[in-house]
Amino acid sequence: MGLKQPGLAKLAIVGVLFTLLLSACGGGESNVEAGNRDKILHFGNGTEPQELDPHIVTGIPEHNIIHALLEGLVGKDPQTLEPIPAVAKSWQISEDGKTYTFQLRENARWSNGDPLAAEDFVWSWWRALQPALGNQYAYMLFPVVNAEAYANGDITDFSQVGIKAIDKHTLQVTLNNPTPYFLQLLDHYSAFPVHRATIEKFGAADERGSRWTRPGNYVGNGPFVLDTWKLNKIITVRKNPHYWGADKVRLNGIDFHPIENVSTEERMFRAGQLHITGTIPIDKIALYQEKHPQLLQVVPYLGTYYYRLNVRTPHLKDQRVRRALNLAIDRQSLVDNITKGGELPASSFTPPDTMGYTATSDLRFDPEEARRLMAEAGYPNGEGFPVTEVLYNTSEGHQKIAVAIQQMWNKHLNVNIRLNNQDWKVFLSSVNMGQYSISRAGWIGDYVDPNTFLDMWVTDGGNNQTGWSNARYDDIILRLAPAAPSQEARHELMREAEAILLTELPVIPLYIYTSKSLIQPSVHGVYGNLMDHIHYPAVWLDEGTE
Amino acid sequence: MLKFFFTRLLQAIPVLLVVITVTFFLVRLAPGGPFDAEKAVPPEVLKALEANYRLDLPVWQQYTSYVGDLVTGDFGPSFRYPGRSVNELIMAGLPASAELGLYALLVALVIGTLAGIIASLRPNTAQDYIPMSTAMIGICMPSFLLGPLLVLVFGIWLDWLPISGWGDMPGDKILPSITMGAGYAAYIARLSRGGMLEVLSQDYIRTARAKGLPERVIIFKHALRGGLIPVIAFLGPAFAGLLSGSFVVETIFQIPGLGRFFVQAAFNRDYTMIMGTTVFFAFLIVLFNLLSDVIAVWINPRLRHQAQGGH
Repeated sequence: MGLKQPGLAKLAIVGVLFTLLLSACGGGESNVEAGNRDKILHFGNGTEPQELDPHIVTGIPEHNIIHALLEGLVGKDPQTLEPIPAVAKSWQISEDGKTYTFQLRENARWSNGDPLAAEDFVWSWWRALQPALGNQYAYMLFPVVNAEAYANGDITDFSQVGIKAIDKHTLQVTLNNPTPYFLQLLDHYSAFPVHRATIEKFGAADERGSRWTRPGNYVGNGPFVLDTWKLNKIITVRKNPHYWGADKVRLNGIDFHPIENVSTEERMFRAGQLHITGTIPIDKIALYQEKHPQLLQVVPYLGTYYYRLNVRTPHLKDQRVRRALNLAIDRQSLVDNITKGGELPASSFTPPDTMGYTATSDLRFDPEEARRLMAEAGYPNGEGFPVTEVLYNTSEGHQKIAVAIQQMWNKHLNVNIRLNNQDWKVFLSSVNMGQYSISRAGWIGDYVDPNTFLDMWVTDGGNNQTGWSNARYDDIILRLAPAAPSQEARHELMREAEAILLTELPVIPLYIYTSKSLIQPSVHGVYGNLMDHIHYPAVWLDEGTE
Repeated sequence: MLKFFFTRLLQAIPVLLVVITVTFFLVRLAPGGPFDAEKAVPPEVLKALEANYRLDLPVWQQYTSYVGDLVTGDFGPSFRYPGRSVNELIMAGLPASAELGLYALLVALVIGTLAGIIASLRPNTAQDYIPMSTAMIGICMPSFLLGPLLVLVFGIWLDWLPISGWGDMPGDKILPSITMGAGYAAYIARLSRGGMLEVLSQDYIRTARAKGLPERVIIFKHALRGGLIPVIAFLGPAFAGLLSGSFVVETIFQIPGLGRFFVQAAFNRDYTMIMGTTVFFAFLIVLFNLLSDVIAVWINPRLRHQAQGGH
């Protein structure tokens, strides 16, 4: 025993010294403190972006970064989401609502100092529509005359597509139909301009993933320029002195931190490493609501959580069954007790007040009527109703909701529901092949207009995996609404279409999403809005608070 | 010795080939493709994407062209990150993972062998039970629990150490290294205790004791060499595992390592990335197993004799 004691004692001393050394290391300046002083916003940005090429990417983290690097013709007001001038200082819309003429700013420049001209947009849209590029959002430009035909290879002459540079600073766009939400589409990255000389320097115009998006190569026209990009670690952007509104941009830069783990993100926020988080762990919401409500921002989001019913399933073919299932769901209880993130119980598929549109609907909770419908459909008190499976992609949140719905249906209709979860990609493949009875789904609008929620349900639509089809619905969405003479008439038609959807119920809307984030008190100019969209030039940090 | 080394090296080639082939076909058998998303990809776009990544070719042709590229060391482009090659992604993740693995291994070795030796000196007493039951807890405690726990105590309550990052702030490498090393330390403690107990009962140790050598010399000079052989055999695969990174530790601590790519690639059905990381990982395992065999032979006179052709 006596022999090893000195060794142990030494070890203990070393251990203590080591610990002391460590304790001296802590307590340095946090990102938030340094950021407030240097005007650098530290932004929790979900996952590592796939790419920073606006004509290739699809995700929200990519959206957040690209909006710092590039700018479209028209922007969005951070509070109302109404169109605001961006590269275009003004625009006129023709009488028939089909021709848009944009006046570009003379002082709009690329980040290398090159002037930005109308021709740049023509070239960029040409690129965005190149079939070989594999642009998944090319359809955002399809309201433009012949854009769809060009992207699908039906025509090869780009001059037939409805975008023309009238002169250096005037751009004219012609549409197939008056499209009231067209200006909004111009703030989507698929309609953003890209710098031709830079792209051609690093490869062909339609080459996926050339090196033009790397720091040092990237030439943009947004308020910031790409500074560094360390995979899975950080992307930093710094102020672009050539931006037309540079004198109004109050941040010196933004550091985007790709943080996949929401708990890590919340801990980093608490430790002062982030100014703003992408989301918040569900189990922390109550705590923040109670203790630090000023740090928590929860606002309705332009997205709907719903269940898809496969109407090809024999017992779900019957509309009465689908309506009974819908009536037996207590949505209020679902959002109060299960999701608990301020979500709104869905009263329609399109979130209410989407640019002035609210559907008329009757999505109430009425177990009595539900039982009556079930009996009428031949399943009195649930007898003879086959065991039905609810499919969802593996996630704790989806599971909780599925269990709650399972219980509601069992309690009110006395039917047996089996739950099945699958890995995300397996789930998607099952849904796309129609191998499900009921499956969970979520839909986030591309723009603020009912069309983005309703055009997906046309017969054989790419996102309509329910097998549902209704001739009147198709007619409204594809023919009548696009040609409607006024916004009111159009909304009226949309309401009729949505009423058909909510009567026949190939989908059961459950709740309207909320976007949730934690924001340090030193951050100003971040307004919650339906699209969770941040207008970076409006953001500023004050030094006084942490 | 050289002959032994090269024979083992040659044996590695069919192993790797089997890994490549099986992974290649299994990945394509899994339901769901790399471009499936919540919003359906329009058919025309999907066709363009598939052509871009040669997925429109017959599978055997995809296989031969993949293996052809692999021979030249080219893992192909990532599907998930269009602008990156798999080689680039692996090289980007490797340094952090390797560094973390190395520190974790050091933590594991120091704590593990010390605990094992201490325990082996007085078997079946408190001096044995305490380190060994701690080790058992270490094996059982998953890193997704230990990591946040350490962060909570040392990062948030005591505020001694940064809670995340890698090389951004002084001391931010300590918690992840401990989190990752803990499980291995526990395993090493058990291995070294077992090895030491066996050696300490051998005749030559009794001889050494009879000669009146100090206990310290007996343990560190005579017993340790034999007692640690099981640990060395374990080190090869352990180091390969540590090098390839840990998804859990890397996500908890925001470390830009390989482990995150490895796991996300499977979720994303990023075929080339799955292949690249799997083949790379297989290569590491083969390599480090070989190295640990070589070290074992070098350290153990009996095995050395066999390897040199003696019987």
